Amino acid sequence: MNFSQPLLVLQTSGIAPTSLQELVRACADRLSAGDRILAFYGRPNGGDRVLVTAALTDSSGHISVFRAHAERGEQYPSLTPQHPGAQMFERELWEQMDVVPTDHPWLKPVRFEGHRQQRMTDYPFFSVRGQEVHEVGVGPIHASVIEPGHFRFMCLGEEVHHLEIQLGYQHRGVEAQLLRRPPLSLTSTLESVVGDSSIAYAWAYCAAMEALSISAVSVEVDAVRGVALEMERVAMHLASLTGLATDIAFLQGGATYGRLRTAIINASMRACGSRFGRGWLRPGGVRFGLPDELRQDLLATLAAFAADFAEINDLMLSARSVRARFEGVGVVSKLDATALGLVGLVARASGVSVDTRTSMPGRLYGTHSMPLVTETTGDCWARLKLRMREIDESVRWIRHILNESGLDLRAGMLRQPERLQPDALCVSVREGCRGEVVQVVETGGDGRLLHYKVQDPSFQNWFGLALALRNNEISDFPICNKSFDLSYCGNDL
Amino acid sequence: MLKSIAVRISQGTQYIPDPRTATPVGFRGKPVIGATACETGCSACTAACPTQAIALEPVRIDLGRCVMCGDCEPVCPSAKLSFTNDFKLASTNRSALVVSESRPAPDPIQVSAELRKRFGRSLKLRSVSAGGCNACELEINALSNVNFDLGRYGIDIVASPRHADGLVLSGPITRNMAAALQECWSAMPEPKFVIAVGACAISGSPFEGSSAIERSFLDRFAPSLYIPGCPPHPLTFVCGILDLLGIPG
Repeated sequence: MNFSQPLLVLQTSGIAPTSLQELVRACADRLSAGDRILAFYGRPNGGDRVLVTAALTDSSGHISVFRAHAERGEQYPSLTPQHPGAQMFERELWEQMDVVPTDHPWLKPVRFEGHRQQRMTDYPFFSVRGQEVHEVGVGPIHASVIEPGHFRFMCLGEEVHHLEIQLGYQHRGVEAQLLRRPPLSLTSTLESVVGDSSIAYAWAYCAAMEALSISAVSVEVDAVRGVALEMERVAMHLASLTGLATDIAFLQGGATYGRLRTAIINASMRACGSRFGRGWLRPGGVRFGLPDELRQDLLATLAAFAADFAEINDLMLSARSVRARFEGVGVVSKLDATALGLVGLVARASGVSVDTRTSMPGRLYGTHSMPLVTETTGDCWARLKLRMREIDESVRWIRHILNESGLDLRAGMLRQPERLQPDALCVSVREGCRGEVVQVVETGGDGRLLHYKVQDPSFQNWFGLALALRNNEISDFPICNKSFDLSYCGNDL
Repeated sequence: MLKSIAVRISQGTQYIPDPRTATPVGFRGKPVIGATACETGCSACTAACPTQAIALEPVRIDLGRCVMCGDCEPVCPSAKLSFTNDFKLASTNRSALVVSESRPAPDPIQVSAELRKRFGRSLKLRSVSAGGCNACELEINALSNVNFDLGRYGIDIVASPRHADGLVLSGPITRNMAAALQECWSAMPEPKFVIAVGACAISGSPFEGSSAIERSFLDRFAPSLYIPGCPPHPLTFVCGILDLLGIPG
């Protein structure tokens, strides 16, 4: 049995900062041994000083934390050439704190924050040279109703040799904003960091606040939060399936998945008042429980859903035209996905066993386990099928919880913590619909927040989309993009 | 073929016949400010509000700032605040979004003769997210699904600003997106108007004070319609636009 927690609290006095060079060496050793990075960032530490924090995890879900003193402008040998999965983290550390990885092969702005704001036109695009080469730029505003981002395709004929993705248009200054209000009243801000993953973000935050205030929540609270999170996953995977069906003009799929998503998010609304789960979770518990009547209502909704969902899946997967459009398109190999440190559904579709619900199950998933489901081919077809399978697993899990007669979920259960312990660091992880949502919260001597690090799985995964497009046709971009269905604001913060 | 027919039968008829009379069960929508007196010196609701949407003496809630989180409701010792599933919150007037005990709802939307004449039978909208968190964007997408089916009123979301009559703005307007938003607006042919969707677009309140926000676009081009919520329920949008154009349900 694995009892790893998706959470780690440490007294900051217990983690003596080393030099930056030592931290990087320690990380390199761990990465060579098969660990992966959960978080790697810096925060201001007075004047030009920077405190760098790295959190790594091994395959059994154990989290280890390293810290180092650095200075703005300080250089260190980049991890990326040996461990490409570090590339985004090193770029962010450079952009936010001016700590410079030497020999980083792709040192470009992550989101144009700070003094780079409004300098979006300065992006150093890679350029492919050759007589017949041409470039196609798309965005930031796209044809459909979607967040903004710029895509630049470097093509030979119809074939894409390289796709460069420039993000940052959505940058709202989230991390700074989280330090402006009292630490225990940040839920609504976290719910709108990535608004389609409100539950995952709110849960990671609530778990951090509860751990930092040493207040335990009941198994019933866990169960209600778990139901909320899986409802969110089902809803978002359905949104992706709607888009995938629409993008290949499989209209019956588009109409049906859209209708099924309405049923799921309306059920969440009956539980908590919002189609996106806003206001459901708060530090110390949940504002709304699942009274028996609602429990029956959810079970009935899911039973009706499961039957119709199986029917449309069967139609979609058995249509040869659907298979022809998705199979073999936008392939990310397992080797590349592992090397790039991809996470969540996208990585699992390439056969990588990464799901924090199984690697760090904690009490909830330790008792009510969630199977790890993967595909092997890493193409759009795999990501399509995996979304369907993950929905099936989520529905099965929710029904299991709702049928568990030992769990009394009736009342809203909320005991608001009062204050946070001082000088502590908390790493909190939740497996949202796209993968692991990571938050690292640090308190100072007075128990106030010193730093709030937010990280969406899209942060690592956007580069996977760029890779998926290589040697594909430009006309296959929409389905590749939708099969990844990453968050722009999650990257841009 | 048979599978396709089976799916079609399961799908049934999904559209909401008259959006104006729909009842979204459980929706936390319009706040209600009750008649009970506040406790002397109490400001529990304003302290709990994450977006400074509440003002006191008398208690007023700005729907343009409110994210309908409901955090104010349980902290009020006088039980003065509650929420209903009323989704008719849209307004053509920014100041009319402030509700109080004496003014419990935004004024009903007056049909715009000008907009009705030009767009009452065909309105094309271009959505721009400028820092939206994808909740407003998903709800704008939902307008075109089989449930809300905005297309039946001749209202569609289009791919190019060149084809658009109205700009549907979501998000607080980030600095990094300000130029692209302006370009999109400039590319739209006259006559045109702005619809502000969600608390971020209307007031920027969830991200107020952030140095990454730049809202001067709205000083230059005031919205003709405000759709409150976080995110707004699609019904708030549908009824708002139908009322503005005088389209019967």
